[in-house]
Amino acid sequence: MISFEKKRKEAKKKWDLLKSSKIPIIYVGTASCGKAAGALEVLKSIANTLKKNRLKAKIVRVGCMGPCYLEPLMDIVLPGRPRISYANVTPEKAKKIIESYLIKDDPQAHFAVGHFGDENFEFTDGIPRFFDLPMLKPQVRVVLRNCGFIDPEEIDHYLANEGYSGVMNAFRMGPEKVIAEVKEAGLRGRGGAGFPAYRKWEICRSSTSKMKYMICNADEGDPGAFMNRSLIEGDPHSVLEGMLIAAYAIGASHGYIYIRAEYPLAIARLKKALDQMKEYGLLGKNIQNSGFDFDITIKEGAGAFVCGEETALIGSIEGKRGMPRSRPPFPAVSGLHGMPTIINNVETLGTLPNILRNGSTWYKQYGTQGNYGTKTFSLVGNVRRSGLIEVPLGMTLRQIIFDIGGGSRKPFKAVQTGGPSGGCLSEEFLDTPIDYESLAAAGSIMGSGGLIVMDEDTCVVDVARYFLDFTQKESCGKCSPCRVGTRHMVEILERITKGESQPDDLSRLQTLGETVKRGSLCGLGQTAPNPVLTTLRYFRPEYLMHVTEKHCPASVCRELIEYRVIPEKCTGCQRCVSVCPTGAITGPRAEPHNLDPSKCIKCRACYEICRFDAIAGDAIIIRSKRRTADAQTE
Amino acid sequence: MTSVAHTYYNKIFSAFKGEEGDLIPILQRTQEKLGYISEEAVNHISHFLKISENQIFGVASFYSQFRFSPPGRNSIKVCMGTACHVRGGQILCEEVERALDISPGETTKDGRFDFQRVACLGCCALAPVVQINDEIHSRMTVVRLKESLNKYD
Repeated sequence: MISFEKKRKEAKKKWDLLKSSKIPIIYVGTASCGKAAGALEVLKSIANTLKKNRLKAKIVRVGCMGPCYLEPLMDIVLPGRPRISYANVTPEKAKKIIESYLIKDDPQAHFAVGHFGDENFEFTDGIPRFFDLPMLKPQVRVVLRNCGFIDPEEIDHYLANEGYSGVMNAFRMGPEKVIAEVKEAGLRGRGGAGFPAYRKWEICRSSTSKMKYMICNADEGDPGAFMNRSLIEGDPHSVLEGMLIAAYAIGASHGYIYIRAEYPLAIARLKKALDQMKEYGLLGKNIQNSGFDFDITIKEGAGAFVCGEETALIGSIEGKRGMPRSRPPFPAVSGLHGMPTIINNVETLGTLPNILRNGSTWYKQYGTQGNYGTKTFSLVGNVRRSGLIEVPLGMTLRQIIFDIGGGSRKPFKAVQTGGPSGGCLSEEFLDTPIDYESLAAAGSIMGSGGLIVMDEDTCVVDVARYFLDFTQKESCGKCSPCRVGTRHMVEILERITKGESQPDDLSRLQTLGETVKRGSLCGLGQTAPNPVLTTLRYFRPEYLMHVTEKHCPASVCRELIEYRVIPEKCTGCQRCVSVCPTGAITGPRAEPHNLDPSKCIKCRACYEICRFDAIAGDAIIIRSKRRTADAQTE
Repeated sequence: MTSVAHTYYNKIFSAFKGEEGDLIPILQRTQEKLGYISEEAVNHISHFLKISENQIFGVASFYSQFRFSPPGRNSIKVCMGTACHVRGGQILCEEVERALDISPGETTKDGRFDFQRVACLGCCALAPVVQINDEIHSRMTVVRLKESLNKYD
């Protein structure tokens, strides 16, 4: 048996050595989003710059810190100085910053977004504290505490930051006390429904079955949500420790992680982490002398949204089509291969080590009565500061969207919570606290944590059509309310967005939505109509404009809009002529161009080039056909 | 059944015990090696797992990951996630259809590109995104997409 405390001591030493490094340390965020923004080019530039200037520095790749709109992020720590974070770093910028800060001791404050020193530390150049930035200040990082700070591929970094001390406490307490502690903490499942975590654990615990399974649901299927991916990529061990705790509590001996195949980096990090756990005696037989045996297998999902539903997920692991079955029996009684099975979401599991390490009283300081703790959200869409955030439950939508997210660029219109299963809430709901009950009362759900902000450039009818189109395609086809109902709803919504709707379409949509909600077998169908029902409720005038006036006020719905050149603004630079694929735009150089609507296929190329590349800019506009007709009759 | 093919598939199967739950991982490994699920592959899997070909097609066609025609030399995935949709993912999708003259799920005649719409690549804060081979292009525009496509042979 490997002495765990010895391992931890070594890990701490390693960590302290890194913290008191005599040479500079450069951190680069290389989670999927950082990579997409160009972090790998930045890494190359860093290495080249160091080499060229014969500078010594340690490069550490870390996970996502949250503010995705600032990616790629590069942080530099000089010995004895706090870490400084630089945003939107390009290879050139990285070179400039390194050469300036490492050689001339000039931190290039105008490129810096914040430093990580304590409250009293002040850089002479006035760099603010990172956690005092408007996006970060209202946040509480419990689940995401390590993301961006530790190297996710180093178990020692996790150990040095009190990793696996939660599960060690659990082993000392015994399974019953672990369940009691989680009950006391009031932890509710973070996958969406908000079912108290302890309750299904108790059912499973009390079963005398010899074989029990623990499954981590990492099939993050909601389009527009990436909380789980970020957590696994940034701190995989926290989720694995959570799995150990849950499995120990319920008495499971085998675990599965069901994860989307679309997340290759997260899968790679999990695999590496599992190997490290084995090496450190945290998996296998008699883990750390607790008498508890546990092993984990990774199962890659094959792309089916419905597999987020527990019984469908189990079917998929068993090698079948991922179709839900009716419950009861609940998986806690009869799940995988007919054995008692507990399925917990990634974030629920990531929360557990924190509760077991610090206790339920500590955890309950966050959140509100009945909705304790924190929740991660991916704040995206038309919002200034997009990214991954973690806030105490009970914070209002307004605080999240405006204080943290900085609001939308154009006037705010709506926010979709809970992904395709959730609802679209209007401005009057901005002061709704984010908790399971309040969101449900507004006709939406908490869901797994996608928050999509829409401004006046978004058409809510189009968004409702989009979500229904998604759920209709993902419907497994087992029960007819969902299979047939969602299909008809999409057809009606398509008619509306094309300006071909019939007078009673709205009432038909309403009835159909309510029927699908009531009659469907699983959560997918029961929640699929939510986006339509909420938009019908809160944005009826916008629907009516589409139906009666054939007018899309947001200028989104393809059949109801047209592209126009504003002659007064057009300088005749011919950039748009060169990108138009159909020859719809004509005109001699230096004279306002002509756009032939009959040839225009609305591909947006001219609009983009005019906005970003042309001499005048903004001479091409997209607007509602009706508005044009009005203008002509005036 | 040729012996070459036999050895090829046996190599893929060697990591598995032949239980029912192995079906999806086997399909995944097969697609990884072969690029798609061929009829021949289904036949071999059917023998190995002792389940019918119908059952295998039934499972494979349920999941969006599996394809039944050979992939192109390059693969383009346009993200259709919510954040990408709100920022014009559909327009990017149409641009690919026009530029390559194919529909989602198809491969160009010259085998240069295959094209898929995907639900969400998880880079929502950088929307709209398009993935070409292993590289994710963020904040994509129609004009830049056109240029990018020309870079691949």
